[in-house]
Amino acid sequence: MSRRSLTLLKNLARNANGSGFQTRSVTYMPRPGDGAPRAVTLIPGDGIGPLVTNAVEQVMEAMHAPVFFEKYDVHGEMSRVPAEVMESIRKNKVCLKGGLKTPVGGGVSSLNVQLRKELDLFASLVNCFNLPGLPTRHENVDIVVIRENTEGEYAGLEHEVVPGVVESLKVITKFCSERIAKYAFEYAYLNNRKKVTAVHKANIMKLADGLFLESCREVAKKYPSITYNEIIVDNCCMQLVAKPEQFDVMVTPNLYGNLVANTAAGIAGGTGVMPGGNVGADHAVFEQGASAGNVGKDKIVLENKANPVALLLSSAMMLRHLQFPSFADRLETAVKKVIAEGKCRTKDLGGTSTTQEVVDAVIAKLD
Amino acid sequence: MTMAANLARRLIGNRSTQILGAVNSSSGAATSVARAFCSSTTPITATLFPGDGIGPEIAESVKKVFTTAGVPIEWEEHYVGTEIDPRTQSFLTWESLESVRRNKVGLKGPMATPIGKGHRSLNLTLRKELNLYANVRPCYSLPGYKTRYDDVDLITIRENTEGEYSGLEHQVVRGVVESLKIITRQASLRVAEYAFLYAKTHGRERVSAIHKANIMQKTDGLFLKCCREVAEKYPEITYEEVVIDNCCMMLVKNPALFDVLVMPNLYGDIISDLCAGLVGGLGLTPSCNIGEDGVALAEAVHGSAPDIAGKNLANPTALLLSGVMMLRHLKLNEQAEQIHSAIINTIAEGKYRTADLGGSSTTTEFTKAICDHL
Repeated sequence: MSRRSLTLLKNLARNANGSGFQTRSVTYMPRPGDGAPRAVTLIPGDGIGPLVTNAVEQVMEAMHAPVFFEKYDVHGEMSRVPAEVMESIRKNKVCLKGGLKTPVGGGVSSLNVQLRKELDLFASLVNCFNLPGLPTRHENVDIVVIRENTEGEYAGLEHEVVPGVVESLKVITKFCSERIAKYAFEYAYLNNRKKVTAVHKANIMKLADGLFLESCREVAKKYPSITYNEIIVDNCCMQLVAKPEQFDVMVTPNLYGNLVANTAAGIAGGTGVMPGGNVGADHAVFEQGASAGNVGKDKIVLENKANPVALLLSSAMMLRHLQFPSFADRLETAVKKVIAEGKCRTKDLGGTSTTQEVVDAVIAKLD
Repeated sequence: MTMAANLARRLIGNRSTQILGAVNSSSGAATSVARAFCSSTTPITATLFPGDGIGPEIAESVKKVFTTAGVPIEWEEHYVGTEIDPRTQSFLTWESLESVRRNKVGLKGPMATPIGKGHRSLNLTLRKELNLYANVRPCYSLPGYKTRYDDVDLITIRENTEGEYSGLEHQVVRGVVESLKIITRQASLRVAEYAFLYAKTHGRERVSAIHKANIMQKTDGLFLKCCREVAEKYPEITYEEVVIDNCCMMLVKNPALFDVLVMPNLYGDIISDLCAGLVGGLGLTPSCNIGEDGVALAEAVHGSAPDIAGKNLANPTALLLSGVMMLRHLKLNEQAEQIHSAIINTIAEGKYRTADLGGSSTTTEFTKAICDHL
């Protein structure tokens, strides 16, 4: 009895004089056998991909996390994702990936998009939030952008009508709009979020975005405790740069989601630190949240100055998805402590450290 | 071709109307513009749409400032009608549109589109009838009005006629809707030409084309191809291409990276509003629509604010700055500079500011302060 109270007191003391990061005791009661190591497909990708995925591997190793990686080499120039990689992902159900470079204007359709379509990863999630200790122009940002990932403008249906006139089809279906709306509200409900905002341009694209809005409104009725509102995409971007604290969860069709996610990531600290992932009914692929330039510049690759924070936080999301909440918490706390300290930061956050230095700092802070 | 003829006309002067012949319907406007270039005492006629809500007050403001500055413009005022004109299928009358076509320049205040069916939106009417193909919006930080961003100085040029806003949608089967995005070579070339020309005449060094050609390879690919073709004709201007998600991110992190941005319709809409948000909102942003045959319609893009209408509280900055853009288009650069400096200095001083900028002056006080600064 006294020994237990001693531990409790020690915990209290730690929380009281700690740097504000709670090391809570986990009340997650596992089923017997849950601790067996899980296989996760790992795709290093192009550019900074190998650097940052290596960072994740090192940290997982240091934590003795019950995951082991099956690495596969995929590059953006390939015309299709190799069959063995797809097999592996279907078997493991979870994948962690670096960026795959998409050639601009070439004849190859993006491999990222291909992966999403084949595995039917219909929801893309980016969590943009202010990291304590990282100064940005905007405060109190905590936005989750949930973006429809399979249709909309990215349907890839284009053709030349006559020379000099090109058409591109934007397809919106009730089925996809409904399921993304359901996912968004369910996410908000399970994560104690208070507001869901639908982003659209239905004043101009009345039928297409109108259908999207209709689906959102229907789902909203089933969650009366969550506030629902709608905002036009150009106004939304303006509000994001002026008053981002008004947004909580945002649900958007494909293209607007891309823009809104990148804008939100930019105001909250940059794409180097925002975690995210793509999830479907059966599979989940975790990667760096906002996708702007996710293969990075060549110079950063050469100098090993890529920022591993985004992928580390995404791997924490992955650990929670695999139901290892304690490891996820430890990883997140360590990363946040490193950022808050401010001594070890890569170039995009205003520092001069290399990727390896940041990784070492995170491993040192793991408890 | 029309733009080149326009430039030639202005450069050659009075005689041009006989040499080049009538490229467009009325030569009266051509001579008046040419005359303006030669002598600044003959007044130019310009159409003025005061608009609704706070429109008339801010239009008064503009008229006063322009008169004090000695700008040789005679305003032809037109109001939005209360009934639908069958010739235009909207509340704008045929006479209003003819007036803009004749004068070649116009200034438009905020218009509230009445809700209802059976008529086209006012902005759509203007755009289609006058063939306004480019929307130009300069966004620069106003010294003295602090926002989170201090070093913004960029111009967004947006293609205004096609792209995702063609309005061509249909339901394929129940629950499946298709919307067409159209990109044509002609429209893309037109807006790219204007963008580079604008960059050249305003001494800008860089033009960035914003696109999503890695996903929409044919449509945005065509847009980029046209931009590249035009870029070759202007070797002194740096040309680059930026993917739109990258652009959004860079804009909110470091807007000083951009100079002139040229984009198709949808991206332009979003990016120009984003940039307006960076500098302080739509209440301070000027805008100008360029049409075929050298038509320029400057407008204030904010709403008509019916709640403060008639109370002398409105901020006329957006309309004034749009008027300045109009003057620059007419090559009355001296007066444009004068008025522009006066506005900037008044806001920088901080003594006279309207409510939306955090001050307590009325519209008339603010206008008077600007006139004093001239």
